[in-house]
Amino acid sequence: MSGSQELAVREKQELAKKEEKTTPGRYFVPTADIFETEQALIVVMEMPGVKKDHVSIEVEEDVLRIEGQLDFAAYEGMDPVYTEYNIGHYARGFTLSGKIDREAINARLEDGVLTLTLPKAKEAMPRRITVN
Amino acid sequence: MALFPDPFNSLLGLQNTLDAFRRSGWLQSGPSGDGSYPPLNIFRRKDDFVLVAEIPGVNRSDLEIQVKGRTVRLSGSKTVRYDEKASLHRRERSSGRFDRSVALPVEIDPDRVIAECHDGVLALTLPRAEADKPRSIRLN
Repeated sequence: MSGSQELAVREKQELAKKEEKTTPGRYFVPTADIFETEQALIVVMEMPGVKKDHVSIEVEEDVLRIEGQLDFAAYEGMDPVYTEYNIGHYARGFTLSGKIDREAINARLEDGVLTLTLPKAKEAMPRRITVN
Repeated sequence: MALFPDPFNSLLGLQNTLDAFRRSGWLQSGPSGDGSYPPLNIFRRKDDFVLVAEIPGVNRSDLEIQVKGRTVRLSGSKTVRYDEKASLHRRERSSGRFDRSVALPVEIDPDRVIAECHDGVLALTLPRAEADKPRSIRLN
């Protein structure tokens, strides 16, 4: 919020495996912000290097699962001489409450930042009651 | 509260301080400022170097890249905006300013540097200056 502070590096966290992956490569947990407005729950995730068509968003039962696949082809023919971070795919899951309108979930990817808008179901929206 | 200073703690503290000093880049000529933002990887592709940094959410207009001699400087700021009325549940993304210089082992030709930024990943192609390239000398 205050734009004047010095930025610190956040070390990438490797995903603790719940199930085995069948694709090669490491998985990291993308850093995320979650906030709520009157109409929706908004999840913002940082997935640098992931292209738009390599993001998969699935809702299964109560779990929202987001996966971003990294294309390693860009790194072909390059010899690393100095490294500070590792690269890999991204995966993260969230448990949804029943108040989300699952059909209307909207996603946008911009500059490596994925923004998911999860609109609240009509019943869960706050209502203003006027006094007659 | 312990009455005596904990010897184990002081030793650990000293060690951490020494490590931080050693990593700070004061003592070496390599890429400086390990642990500063943005984290970067440097690759070699034939004669040239490629610097890759992850800067998700940094606007192009907020990023400045400077090249001089062997040094590359990346500076700018990252802003994270929230709706004013929104209530925050989780906040992991950080915002702020950054300014970082990296020294490469070779001279760079600043006129041929290519900067690309796709999906939050900055890639700088840093060609080695012609004057810096070794020349092979043929025996007569």
